[in-house]
Amino acid sequence: MARTDPKKDVVIIGLGWTGSILGMELAQEGLEILALERGPDRETVPDFQYPNVIDELKYGIRLGFMQKPRNSTLTVRRSLTETAQPYRRLGSFLPGDGVGGAGIHWNGQTWRPMAEEFRLKSYVEESFGADIIPEGMTIQDWGVSYDELEPYFDRFEYMAGIAGKAGNLNGEIQPGGNPFEAPRSRDYPMPPMKQGVDAQMFEQAARAMGLHPFPRPAANATQAYTNEYGMQLGPCNYCGFCERYGCANYSKSSPQTCVLDALKRMPNFSYKVNSEVLKIELAEDRATATGVTYFDEAAQEEVFQPADLVIVAAYSLHNVHLMLLSGIGDPWDPVTQTGTTGKNYAYQMNGGTSMFFRDVEFNPFAAAGSNGVSIDDYAINQIDFAREGFIGGSYITAGISNGQPIRGISLPAGTPSWGAGWKQGIGDWYGHSMSIGSHGSNMAYRDCYLDLDPTYTDRHGRPLMRMTFNWKDNDIRMTQFMRSKIEPIAEAMQPDSWRSSYKSEGAQYDVRPYQTTHNVGGAIMGEDRETSSLNRYLQTWGQHNVFVMGASAFPQNIQYNPTGAVGALAYWAADAIRRDYLPNPRPLV
Amino acid sequence: MHARAQAAREVPLDQYQPEYLTAAEYAFIMAATDRIIPEDGEGPGALETRVPVFIDRQLAGDFGTAADLYMEGPFTPTADPFLGTQTPLTPAEIYRGGIAAFDAWCAQTHNASFADLDAETQDAAITALSEGDVPLGPELREFWSLLLQNTREGYFSDPQYGGNAGMASWVYIGFPGARGSFFEWVGRPEAYPLGPVNIAGERA
Repeated sequence: MARTDPKKDVVIIGLGWTGSILGMELAQEGLEILALERGPDRETVPDFQYPNVIDELKYGIRLGFMQKPRNSTLTVRRSLTETAQPYRRLGSFLPGDGVGGAGIHWNGQTWRPMAEEFRLKSYVEESFGADIIPEGMTIQDWGVSYDELEPYFDRFEYMAGIAGKAGNLNGEIQPGGNPFEAPRSRDYPMPPMKQGVDAQMFEQAARAMGLHPFPRPAANATQAYTNEYGMQLGPCNYCGFCERYGCANYSKSSPQTCVLDALKRMPNFSYKVNSEVLKIELAEDRATATGVTYFDEAAQEEVFQPADLVIVAAYSLHNVHLMLLSGIGDPWDPVTQTGTTGKNYAYQMNGGTSMFFRDVEFNPFAAAGSNGVSIDDYAINQIDFAREGFIGGSYITAGISNGQPIRGISLPAGTPSWGAGWKQGIGDWYGHSMSIGSHGSNMAYRDCYLDLDPTYTDRHGRPLMRMTFNWKDNDIRMTQFMRSKIEPIAEAMQPDSWRSSYKSEGAQYDVRPYQTTHNVGGAIMGEDRETSSLNRYLQTWGQHNVFVMGASAFPQNIQYNPTGAVGALAYWAADAIRRDYLPNPRPLV
Repeated sequence: MHARAQAAREVPLDQYQPEYLTAAEYAFIMAATDRIIPEDGEGPGALETRVPVFIDRQLAGDFGTAADLYMEGPFTPTADPFLGTQTPLTPAEIYRGGIAAFDAWCAQTHNASFADLDAETQDAAITALSEGDVPLGPELREFWSLLLQNTREGYFSDPQYGGNAGMASWVYIGFPGARGSFFEWVGRPEAYPLGPVNIAGERA
């Protein structure tokens, strides 16, 4: 029998970036708020404290800050006919765990998508014609424009304290910034990071070729900084332990460094850890949610938590899983192409070229998560899709983020993987290699989606979610195009040797090697309730008191790291709730 | 952990009492890691850095028991390897079964268990193992990738886990360990001059 707790105004599922932001914004309305986090509590001290967090084996390899598949995982298959197998050991992507979520272990690259990406389908149709969209590709517009979101990008970047250099201020192109970006209303709150030798070399080569290099936007502070909530960041000291680690130095923007201590001081906010939400409960008429049922680990019992407003703020994959389990929206059916929940799961198409320089000292350990230099000359708004034969784009970038030796020492082609030759190779090449990477978009497809697995269950007896995903020709052509642009830059830099790694024709999705934790879609936003899960305010079409945050709202994947857009959408939704929904709760569209 | 690691460092490798491995399995790990990262040439080998101690402790702990992994059936170990590990066995059990199967193959092919072969034949046997030419069966097919990965982990991880004795691998490649701040060194095109420190605060 489930215990029933006293009703709250708001229950928030998950206390990462979006849960923290919505908690803070709604707490300012005086609402009684409870956040439920399924993982443990985490604070800078003691959890990210120096020197214990500088432990590659514990955190970088055994993934101490990530979800344990034993507690939560999904199944994966590459086609509608394959039998999905459980993702038993983390590999391709690493969902975070505990308070702060993925916001503690990210690198901090904080981008704005291009204006064209928010209306991608319309942009393609207007610019190149609807017939260039291949059969089975299900791209859509977001239902919200860049111009509408600009103030909320600004808000997120100033709250999180992002370091960078504007390239377009209110339409005026700025030297040294990204000339292809959409207009910003003001510059970044902090100047860019210091650049490593690799990024400096890439910048010189790119500029000499007539390209437009600019510093990567970074959630690694370059100055002392105080944000709107009174939270303070200190300048990054380039310790080389960023991605997969919590920051020991209060330098990486995270819920802990930017929101949580201020939020915890709000008397009308509380949170419970080790409390996994099992289901969002719906009223009999299904027009609203009545609250959530969660498993209270300490009490070892299920609890019904009634609430007037439910904010779904877990990791993107878990948002979709909860919606599927709770009957929010109809599940996407890839055959009839009806339903919406689970539709348009997408990933990220990345590739890169490694270069080896016997006489250059890169000191790869002197690094931060997001220092580096990028170019956007081959971005989505710079490519003639009709001529090139694909839809999409990439930013191209150089920036060593760490020199941790277990995670991999890049070695020239032909170096043995063991024995005396391997040992010689690591001695010769550690600190003497760099890479140029392509970070590219991934379109949405009819048969790339999320639903419930028919066989496997989690520790609560619920069906696991099933991911159906594979690489498609369109995106492989995109990454091969990027290869054709990157290799000449690499050659111009005159390395002793270089080797490339890009997906090629026929590439199959492999869940084993780490690729990226940019899993998007499945609870997509849009203009039409027939084709999207959420309206433009991230409100579910069917239950007006359920709002779903996160990258699960992306209708296809952008060419950038998702957190900037996730943060902007969270502030956009919070503003709609505060100004429009709370005074008159109803469907906002 | 520190104290135990310290104590183990004082025990010569051939007198170390394994926590998980049997004597024969430990002899295999000593011999195999010695070929994966040999002593000859520049830089320390797996034995000098006490990689076998690291592997034994990992197999005795949460890694060996698959404490973090999803281990609910049904299991399909023959599934496409791209779908990830699907064996019902824990890593510790994969070592147990893998060493037995590989040693049996060595006995059949080379008339001795792996540890008793000469170095050249050991290298030939590892080449066969790494190229999938030793029939282990689907439940054990990750044996080689685990052994290679865990050997590298023992070579490079913080010494508190029993390997990387004296931080010798960090000294060799020039990784400064847990110093935690390199602000002044970003973008400087010259070799970093200081040696490594470990999490316990020791210098190499």
